Amino acid sequence: MAAPAAAIAGIHEFEKRAAGGLSPLQIKAECAARALEDAGLTWADVDAVYDASEAGRMQGLTIAEYFGVTPRVLDTTAVGGSSYEFHAAHAARDIAAGKANVALLTYGSTAHSDRRAIGTGWRGGSEAQPAANMERPYGLTLVGNYAMVARRHMAQYGTTPEQLAEIAVTTRRHAMRNPQAVAGLADIGIRDVREITVDDVLGSRLIADPLHLLECCIVSDGGGAVVIVSPAVAAGIRTRPAWILGTGEALGYPAGGADITSTAAARSGKEAFGQAGLRPEEIDIAMIYDSFTITVLAILEDLGFAKKGEGGPFAAGGRLAFDHPGGPALNTDGGGLSSNHPGMRGIFLLIEATRQLRGESTAQVPGARLAVAHGNGGLLGTRHAACTILLGTG
Amino acid sequence: MPGQPSPAERPLPVFPEPDTEPFWAATAEHRLTYQVCRACGEVVFYPRRHCPGCTGGEPEWRDSAGRGTLYTFTVVRQNGHPFFRARIPYVVGLVDLDEGFRMMAEIAADPDSVHVDQRVTVDWEDHPGLSVPVFRPE
Repeated sequence: MAAPAAAIAGIHEFEKRAAGGLSPLQIKAECAARALEDAGLTWADVDAVYDASEAGRMQGLTIAEYFGVTPRVLDTTAVGGSSYEFHAAHAARDIAAGKANVALLTYGSTAHSDRRAIGTGWRGGSEAQPAANMERPYGLTLVGNYAMVARRHMAQYGTTPEQLAEIAVTTRRHAMRNPQAVAGLADIGIRDVREITVDDVLGSRLIADPLHLLECCIVSDGGGAVVIVSPAVAAGIRTRPAWILGTGEALGYPAGGADITSTAAARSGKEAFGQAGLRPEEIDIAMIYDSFTITVLAILEDLGFAKKGEGGPFAAGGRLAFDHPGGPALNTDGGGLSSNHPGMRGIFLLIEATRQLRGESTAQVPGARLAVAHGNGGLLGTRHAACTILLGTG
Repeated sequence: MPGQPSPAERPLPVFPEPDTEPFWAATAEHRLTYQVCRACGEVVFYPRRHCPGCTGGEPEWRDSAGRGTLYTFTVVRQNGHPFFRARIPYVVGLVDLDEGFRMMAEIAADPDSVHVDQRVTVDWEDHPGLSVPVFRPE
């Protein structure tokens, strides 16, 4: 493995899950300023901007002006919730190529305040597009799309509802250690905020069989920012850098008789682990996009933490908890299931992975050295984008 | 072909959309169609003008017998769209047709009776100018 070419030097997660009237742009700017301060940098240091246009159409044209920065590199990759892992991969590449030294990634959303029904709202749209024309009439919700993967996984491998539920139990346990998550769950109207059991999950109502309410991510407001820098800049910062050791990108779509229990993570993960020269069993922290329990289960397998089809037994027995030996520790901030999901969660995976490598998580794994952040965007059962980022203390 | 449906009606494909328009035109005659590339034999679905299997391809239209196996499914129990909200619970699945293509469709059956790998056959829900394929257990 070559010496890493870039590191995460600054992070910030918007503290609230109900934004109290702030706009997505205001959330982005606040997080950007805090993340730059975290790294000991200023707006003037930023020379590369990455934006998924979640705060409006074609934001690449306007976001640098809004922040007050003058980028030499602009990247507007927009592939749903995984956009921020793609941005991190591209930032590492752009820095390695000598095109940038300080890359700024931001995210802001008011999905909760806007009362957006992300998982169960109308997704057919009205665009005349080939794939949409072949699927629009059938009323498949976003939750339903992921549920089809869960149903097939159960039929093909014998995965049980109890095994899937363990993932939600673990992330809630982690969330209850995170004061921002606890306050946030109350702020978005969740009554009786507490740890949950497998029975609680399976006793919650079915949204799209076999997925229950407590297997679905929350809908919050929120945002975050990540500052990625070159080794020369990293040498002068006050925080401990989280080095980007490997990246991999892939897309999944339904072609012929493709096995939908295998996601694009199988390819992005292989690429990232290969570049880093690492194996899954060496990883301390697994920040995996938990839109739904099945997303985590399938991706754990695809990244190589468990053999395909054996993710259910792998996740059982609390194995993914921060204090369980034999890890990895899953979504130690509480995840999208129980801490923060304003629609596109990818940036929080990078932020919490960095906290762990700094020793600053509320569910800290002692001596955590290596983390994986895997973003999944789009629809797991049909078309999705996957990006794997491997991070280390160096 | 119909225009935009009102919210209380089933959402339908939107035209003009030249890749999928022939598929939907055939449904008016209760024909379920797919494509096979004349050059490389690739089975193409959803429909396209080009062949994703080879650059010299020419997908030609064929009729499916409309029989297949249910690859996976879900029972939708919450949907904010007025048409679908009134139908809850309903089954949506992916059907592997015997000719080698996979399509999404509603499965018209009691949700409790549906299972993976079940054999299903196409039926039709008629609308002005097109019919929506619906699969029923054999």
